[in-house]
Amino acid sequence: MATQQTRALGKLAVSPSVFALFMWMIVPLAMTIYFSFLRYNLLDPNPICSLLSPGALLDAENRCLAGITNYSYFLTDPAFFKAMGNSLKLVGWVLAISVVGGTLLALLLDQAFYGRGFVRIMMIAPFLVMPTVSALVWKNMMMNPVSGFLAYLFKLVGLQPIDWFAHAPMTAVVLMVAWQWVPFATLILLTSLQSLDEEQKEAAEMDGTPPLSYFWYIVLPHLIRPMTVVILIETIFLLNVFAEIYVTGTAGRAGNLPFLVYQYGLIANDIGGASAGGIIAVILANIVAFFLMRMIGKNLDA
Amino acid sequence: MARTVSTRRKLLVTALAWAIGLLIFFPILWTILTSFKTEGEAIALPPKFLFFDWTLENYGIVQERSDYLRFAMNSIMLALGSTFFALVIAIPSAWAMAFAPGRRTKDLLMWMLSTKMMPPVGALVPIYLIFRDFGLLDTRGGIITVLMLLNLPIIIWMLYTYFKEIPGEILEASRMDGASLGKELLYVLTPMAIPGIASTLLLNIILAWNEAFWTLSLTTKDAAPLTQFIASYSSPEGLFWAKLSAASTMAIAPILVLGWFAQKQLVRGLTFGAVK
Repeated sequence: MATQQTRALGKLAVSPSVFALFMWMIVPLAMTIYFSFLRYNLLDPNPICSLLSPGALLDAENRCLAGITNYSYFLTDPAFFKAMGNSLKLVGWVLAISVVGGTLLALLLDQAFYGRGFVRIMMIAPFLVMPTVSALVWKNMMMNPVSGFLAYLFKLVGLQPIDWFAHAPMTAVVLMVAWQWVPFATLILLTSLQSLDEEQKEAAEMDGTPPLSYFWYIVLPHLIRPMTVVILIETIFLLNVFAEIYVTGTAGRAGNLPFLVYQYGLIANDIGGASAGGIIAVILANIVAFFLMRMIGKNLDA
Repeated sequence: MARTVSTRRKLLVTALAWAIGLLIFFPILWTILTSFKTEGEAIALPPKFLFFDWTLENYGIVQERSDYLRFAMNSIMLALGSTFFALVIAIPSAWAMAFAPGRRTKDLLMWMLSTKMMPPVGALVPIYLIFRDFGLLDTRGGIITVLMLLNLPIIIWMLYTYFKEIPGEILEASRMDGASLGKELLYVLTPMAIPGIASTLLLNIILAWNEAFWTLSLTTKDAAPLTQFIASYSSPEGLFWAKLSAASTMAIAPILVLGWFAQKQLVRGLTFGAVK
């Protein structure tokens, strides 16, 4: 039984992290929301909008209130549709590849064979590589159209090497991001496979269950839950892919929503527009988060 | 009874698994090999696998030309610093939530999780401006704070799931014996919690080391970690693959080693305990 004293102490113990996270979440979010309604460009410190439109409302620092102009501008920017499409393509493809690939690899790693520990770390390793390294290694040593390893393989079988970043930048980005996230799916699904009841396995084996129906009726139902977790968590991270695009310079053709916001803000210095874009990204992520939180919340009761 | 597997089948699976494992690992293996070649051999066609003049010169050149050690030092400081401060804040919180849960503890945990869902671009502009106005851009202290807050929810969750597994009766027994709360924390809880804390520490170092969005946006030179160091190789200037490989190898080697130990923690931490 927790006493009155421990309760009070418990509250005291929790308060620093609550305070820190509250500040981390609420202050920037509030500022972003506020900025998104301003005409605010860092290159234009003394806004002249009051001269242009005399009736414009000003805030305390003489910045013009812009109403929903930033939102309508951002949402009707052709670059937004492009970025949005790229974001969805990236998330969709990488998810599909990691769920299917992760399941197959997890099934393979669950078998008995020589050097299992070593093969497992080889398969998980890409997830541990920092994104900037992975991007540069793929861009140069793997995908360079002249001296890259893939070009060598293509020539070996008599095919014309592909200039990945000129002709298929999206495919290239999907490939390198999938290379990083398939291992994550593998790791989660393998962990779950290993918790599958050993007796159930034996029973199925004794009954002579064909491997395919064993997979379909016993393994797959067991994997549905971890698969959902993989999908939700990867979605959160994949919506935020940034370094791969920043480093490979594929922004023009494979740039996603985060990169567009970055361009608006830190490159074009349009704080208002970037903030509106940021809020749109937050809303999108929250839709995904809603489902993830419900899943994990259920788990908390168990 | 252990299941018996025919040797033939085992050999077949071994061959298949090694082939696929090597295929997935190949870009990393290739990077490591290339780092020991000369620039000429690095782009040679057909590629040279093992029979080339092994050389260490790239490592020396990389250190000399772009001061690898300074970036590595920043990476270490950022990873350790952010992890340390996050643990200092998180341990008491997780302890309280695991052993003295209130009515709203569950909501609180879910709320903490929700902060992790917020896309960084939603906070980029204000954080950038705050950092600029307070002179925190490109400072270690600034980035440590951001990384700490970024991973705090994961740390609290991980510690919480570990602390939950410690039987509460033991704590009550020590309390009955008259141990004060401070002593209870220090002598009873801490030793039992060390494995969980160590796991959390490991995972957080990996996450902080590889974090690329904030480190690329908020650092330029003085506080720049290895993510930024590698990004500086993105503009090709002549023959540079061997050097790029040497730089990459140095940037990922520590984490590959840590990752070897941290496989279980990765699962637990990144799924917030939803998969164990």
